[in-house]
Amino acid sequence: MATLKIRNLRKGFDTIEIIKGIDLDIHDREFVVFVGPSGCGKSTLLRLIAGLEDVTSGTLELDGRDITEISPAKRDLAMVFQTYALYPHMTVRKNMSFALDLAGIAKREVDRKVEEAARILELGHLLDRKPRQLSGGQRQRVAIGRAIVRHPKIFLFDEPLSNLDAALRVQMRLELARLHQELKATMIYVTHDQVEAMTLATKVVVLNAGRIEQIGSPLELYHQPANLFVAGFLGTPKMGFLKARVVQTSSTATDIELAAGPRLRLPFEGSQLAVGSEVTLGIRPEHLVIDPNGQLPVTTDVTERLGSDTYCHMVTASDEPLTVRVPGDFAAAYGESLKLALDISHCHLFDTRGYAVSRVLQQAA
Amino acid sequence: MMTLKQSRRLQSVLLGTLAWAIALLLFFPIFWMLLTSFKTEIDAFATPPQFIFTPTLENYLHIQERSDYFKFAWNSVTISFGATIIGLLLAVPAAYSMAFFETRLTKQTLLWMLSTKMLPAVGVLMPIYLMAKSLGLLDTRLGLIIIYTLINLPIMVWMVYTYFKDIPKDILEAARLDGATTLQEIVRVLLPISKGGLASTALLSLILCWNEAFWSLNLTSSNAAPLTALIASYSSPEGLFWAKLSAVSTLACAPILLFGWISQKQLVRGLSFGAVK
Repeated sequence: MATLKIRNLRKGFDTIEIIKGIDLDIHDREFVVFVGPSGCGKSTLLRLIAGLEDVTSGTLELDGRDITEISPAKRDLAMVFQTYALYPHMTVRKNMSFALDLAGIAKREVDRKVEEAARILELGHLLDRKPRQLSGGQRQRVAIGRAIVRHPKIFLFDEPLSNLDAALRVQMRLELARLHQELKATMIYVTHDQVEAMTLATKVVVLNAGRIEQIGSPLELYHQPANLFVAGFLGTPKMGFLKARVVQTSSTATDIELAAGPRLRLPFEGSQLAVGSEVTLGIRPEHLVIDPNGQLPVTTDVTERLGSDTYCHMVTASDEPLTVRVPGDFAAAYGESLKLALDISHCHLFDTRGYAVSRVLQQAA
Repeated sequence: MMTLKQSRRLQSVLLGTLAWAIALLLFFPIFWMLLTSFKTEIDAFATPPQFIFTPTLENYLHIQERSDYFKFAWNSVTISFGATIIGLLLAVPAAYSMAFFETRLTKQTLLWMLSTKMLPAVGVLMPIYLMAKSLGLLDTRLGLIIIYTLINLPIMVWMVYTYFKDIPKDILEAARLDGATTLQEIVRVLLPISKGGLASTALLSLILCWNEAFWSLNLTSSNAAPLTALIASYSSPEGLFWAKLSAVSTLACAPILLFGWISQKQLVRGLSFGAVK
C-alpha cells in the first residue's frame, strides 16, 4: 500500500516561488504523470516528494505518516534520474545492491533480489560490468533495476527517457508500462513529452507555472480539457483555436460568430456567457474534414505526409492557423482555396478567461 | 611547392624540436647539480666548466659523516605526509559542502581563502614565531605540520572543490535516496569516484611541503629540521662548497623526484579528470 497526500505545497528559491500551492492525492498502484512545459515546476515537485529539496510550506504525507521533514534516506522512495546517476565505480550488481547493503540485509537475500531484478530487466549477462561499458538503454535499465530491488513505496521517475534515442524511447516506454503492471507499484513520473504522459499514465497532472491546471485520466484530459492551456498542450498536432464572439445564448445552445466569418450554433450551456464577449473555439485536427460544402473557407499552407496520415496546415480568412488530419496520402496544392466542415459535436468552447464552457448533455436519440 | 603533407610534417618536426629545447633548458640545472655532486671541489669551481672529469663519491661520504641524512629525510617524510593527510581530512569536507551545497557566500569564501596565499610569508614571521615559541612548538615536527597544513589548505580546498564540481550531483542524490548517510555518501560514493583528483591534490601538497624552506629554516634548528634545512646548512659562512652543496641537494631532491616520477600517471589522470568523465 502506498498513498501520498500533498497539501498546499509551496517552494520558493530566494524570492522566486516555483511551486505555488499544490494539493494532490496519489493512490496505491497509480501511475501518475506530471507533465508540463519546461520551467513549470514538475521536476521541483518530484524533488520535493523525494526530499532532495526542502519544502517552504505545506505537508507531504505518505501512508498517514508526515514525511515533510524526513530525510530522503528514510522516506522509502526510489528515484530514477534523467542522467541515470549510476555509481561509476561500481559494477551493475553493486549498483543494484548498494541500497540493500546499506540497509544491512543478508547477502543471500541481496543476491536473490538482484538476480530477480536482473531477470525482469534482462540484465543477467551484464551484472559484472561497469556503467561506462553499457549503452544508454542498458544504463537506463540498471537505474530502474536499482529502484526495483528496494521494493520502495513509490517509484519516482525524473524524465527517464529523454536521454535515449527515439526508437529506444518507444521501446522503454512499453517496458515501463509493462513493469507497472508486473510490479503493481505506485509510480510518479515526470516528463515534458505528452505522448509519454498519454500512454503511460493512469492519472495525468498537467502543471503550468507552479500550479496544477488539471488532473484526470489521459482521455479525460484529451476529450474534456478544463482550459485553453490543457487543450493546447495535449494532442499532436495541436488543437486548432479560432477567435469568436458570442451572438446569442440559451440554456441549450450558444451561437457564435467566428472572426474568420461564419456563424455557428454550438451545443454549449450559454447561460454564463455574455452576448458580445470574446470566446475561443477549439477543434482537434481529426474533427475537421475537407468538404466542398463545409462552413469554413481556408487556404492551404504546407502539407506533411506521414504515410498513414497527412497533416494539412491551413490558414483561415482571419489568418488563424488550423491543422486538418486526413487519412492516407492526400495532396493539396500550396495556396489552394478549400472549405472545411467542423464536427460540431467535438468542438470545445472556452470563455474570455480561457476556461472550458460546459457542453449540453446529448439527448438520447 | 611543399605538399600539405610535407608542410604538416615540417611543422611537427619544428614543434618537437622546440619542445625538446625547452625541456632540456628546464632540466639543465638539475642535470648540472647531479654532475657537480660527483666532482671534487676543485673541479666544481673550474672555469670553463668541465663536462669530462673523474667522478668521485667523496662528497656523499662527507655528508653522511658530517650529518645524519636519514634523520633529516625522516623529518621531511613525516612532516610532508602528516601535513598532507591532515590537509585532506580538512579539505574534503570543506570542498564537499562548497561544491554540493553552494550558498551565495561560497565563491567569496574560496577567493578569500586563496587571497591568504598572496601575503608574503615573511610578513607574519614574527607573530607566528612567537606563537610557536609560547606553544612550545619551535623545532618540533608537529609545529611544522600545523604550519604546512595551514599554508597549503587553501590550494587543497580549491583543487578538491574543482574535482567535486565535475561530479554530477545526481549521483550523490541517488546515494541519499538509496539510504546513505552523509558519511556513507562521502566515503562510499564520492571519494572512490574522485580518487584521481584526490591523489593529485595529495601529490601537490607533498611536493609543496617537501620543498618548503622558509618556515623550516626559521622554526627548526636540529630536532625537527627537514632536508631543506640540511641543504641550507651547507651554504655556511666559512665559504661555499659547490660540490658538497650539489650532493646534498641531489640527496634532498631525489626522493620527491622519484615519487613524482612513479605517480606521474596518476597525476596526469587526476589533472585531466574532468575531460574523461
